Amino acid sequence: MRTVLYLMAALVVMGLAFWSYQENYKTRDALGEVRSLHAQIGANHERLRMLRAEWAYLNRPDRLSDLAELNFDRLGLLPLMPDAFGRVDQIIYPLPDILPIIIPIEVNSAPVARGEDAL
Amino acid sequence: MIRTPLRPLARILKSRERGEDTHAIEAENLRLRHEAMRDTSRLRAEGRLLVLGAMFAIAFGTIGMRMGALAGSTPQEPQAAVRGNPIIGQRADITDRNGRILATNLQTYSLYAHPQDMVDPVYAADELVKIFPELKLDKLLADFSGARKFLWIRRQISPEQMQAVHDIGSTGLLFGPREMRLYPNGAIAAHILGGASYGREGVASAEVIGVAGVEREFDELLRDPAREGEPLALSIDLTVQAAAEEVLAGGMSIMNAKGAASVLMDLHSGEIISMVSLPDFDPNNRPHVLTTGDQSDSPLFNRAVQGVYELGSVFKIFAVAQALELGLINPDTMIDTKGPLQWGRFKIRDFRNYGAQLSAMDVIVKSSNIGTARIAMEIGAERQQDFLTSLGFTKATPVELSEAPSGAPLLPRNWSEISTMTISYGHGLSSSPLHLATGYASLLNGGTRVEPTLIRRATLQNGPRVVSEAVSTQARDMLRQVVVRGTASFGEVAGYEVGGKTGTADKPKENGGGYYDDKVITTFASVFPANDPKYILIVTFDEPSENSGAEPRRTAGWTAVPVAAEMIRRTAPLLGLRPQVDTSEPIGVTLTSN
Repeated sequence: MRTVLYLMAALVVMGLAFWSYQENYKTRDALGEVRSLHAQIGANHERLRMLRAEWAYLNRPDRLSDLAELNFDRLGLLPLMPDAFGRVDQIIYPLPDILPIIIPIEVNSAPVARGEDAL
Repeated sequence: MIRTPLRPLARILKSRERGEDTHAIEAENLRLRHEAMRDTSRLRAEGRLLVLGAMFAIAFGTIGMRMGALAGSTPQEPQAAVRGNPIIGQRADITDRNGRILATNLQTYSLYAHPQDMVDPVYAADELVKIFPELKLDKLLADFSGARKFLWIRRQISPEQMQAVHDIGSTGLLFGPREMRLYPNGAIAAHILGGASYGREGVASAEVIGVAGVEREFDELLRDPAREGEPLALSIDLTVQAAAEEVLAGGMSIMNAKGAASVLMDLHSGEIISMVSLPDFDPNNRPHVLTTGDQSDSPLFNRAVQGVYELGSVFKIFAVAQALELGLINPDTMIDTKGPLQWGRFKIRDFRNYGAQLSAMDVIVKSSNIGTARIAMEIGAERQQDFLTSLGFTKATPVELSEAPSGAPLLPRNWSEISTMTISYGHGLSSSPLHLATGYASLLNGGTRVEPTLIRRATLQNGPRVVSEAVSTQARDMLRQVVVRGTASFGEVAGYEVGGKTGTADKPKENGGGYYDDKVITTFASVFPANDPKYILIVTFDEPSENSGAEPRRTAGWTAVPVAAEMIRRTAPLLGLRPQVDTSEPIGVTLTSN
């Protein structure tokens, strides 16, 4: 009986050792993955910052006003002035939908006489 | 194995025939056998020793190598968890109130040289000068051939320049990563942002520090890693700021002014929506501080905050409002305006003679110095001082700029009765346009004190009460009348009910001794819309002169007012203010049928 107990204890110790060994390596793998993810996040963050900076640079008010001036013929953009505000009675009523055609009227030109030139 | 017998029969028989001793044969064979046994066991022992030796060698070798590796590597703490993202530890962005970027970082590279590693320093220097024309060839050559082991060539370079330097192919030219502060909008809001430069710098990285403006004021906050790169949102509106700068720059050139400043403030929250000071600069390439002459001539000088001037008649409303608050007068009280008003050796005059008396309302509308001085005499020095202190005129503005403390107002050394009289119409006390904006905001928002701020706030300021709501409304009506029928008639903007007060102050001579005749500071302090005030706009010009007429016109009504009106016309729609248009019929939908 005692031998069996000793044997069991030894087996348990070995099993635990095996388990902790595996956990250790899993943790290390996870840490490595976190590090590489951080590196990726960092790179993406850097890229995002660069894109944001570029967006801000391309949308700087000086450039936009120059562009609006250059493309005035096409876009007709002007600085926002008080007269840009409209009133509710300046908006037209929605146009009613065209009613469905119930009685179709056949419109035909006069039949072309035989032998006559269609033109 | 065939075992050799000790007494082989053939040999024994032969030796017996010869009569020899047969024991000799046995002894001989026994000896041979023992020798063979000895040889085998020695061989085995030698083999065992070898194996044992190899085992020991491997064991000690392993231990030795491990020890060597441990000694040679940098010590590292065993890590069981990962802390926050280390990448977002950079200086935070600055954005406007709508999240548009005003300042951000870019990853660039710095260029440095190790002259001792260069194969052909002359060629490298030649090529470097081609890429960076501002470098001096002979200085580079001297540096490259001298005893120096390290030198910076450029603090930051663009990717194109980096590629060009790569193409030189010199082993002594090296790059280090470098963060660069970028202001994508150029000169817009330059004085507010200030600028950044490098603090401690190394090859691997450099510290970006703010040198002026909010960059310096919030330096620690922007660098705080705990914020994880959360941007700092200012109260500035980029679009409004750009429009205000455009209008003010246009006005400054039409009015031939030396400088100009404007402040647009939300009078309930104290948020500064736009603050312009011209001439300005590009914070990406911040000019150097002047080493000689007057700092106020430098583009770095923030006129809106640092520029303390005697602002003139815009102060009159404070004297009248205080008298209203104290119950000394009401808007219809007649004030004696017979001039000139003599006090000791001083004489106070009006721009023109307004007759024997004016109502308090008309003192403001017509801008009578004599009338205001008489009201101030009734108030007295002490009460005036207290009132102006409660409006923030006796201390530097608490705005979040590193330059703010240098914009402390200049107060009279001895607040005498004559000081009281001159201060009532804006002379003898110098303050900045931002002070004025704060004072007007506190007076007109219903009468509670606001502090100017550059940080976006979600909440209204509920400061201590300065004047009652009734006085605030009366002051607002007076300012409205100034635009409707007074000195600021150019300030009318259809739909926005502008109210305001003009101020034209002669500039004091730098070395004392009176005032210039032809140099003025003109100011227009306005509030709009007057029936439900939302914003305060201050426009100030330094030495303007409007030359379209026969003789130059320098009053605020001709210079600051039209520019302020244009600014309101441009910015109010951007702020989402809808013009209030009087219509003959009520706005709405009229149903028609037949």
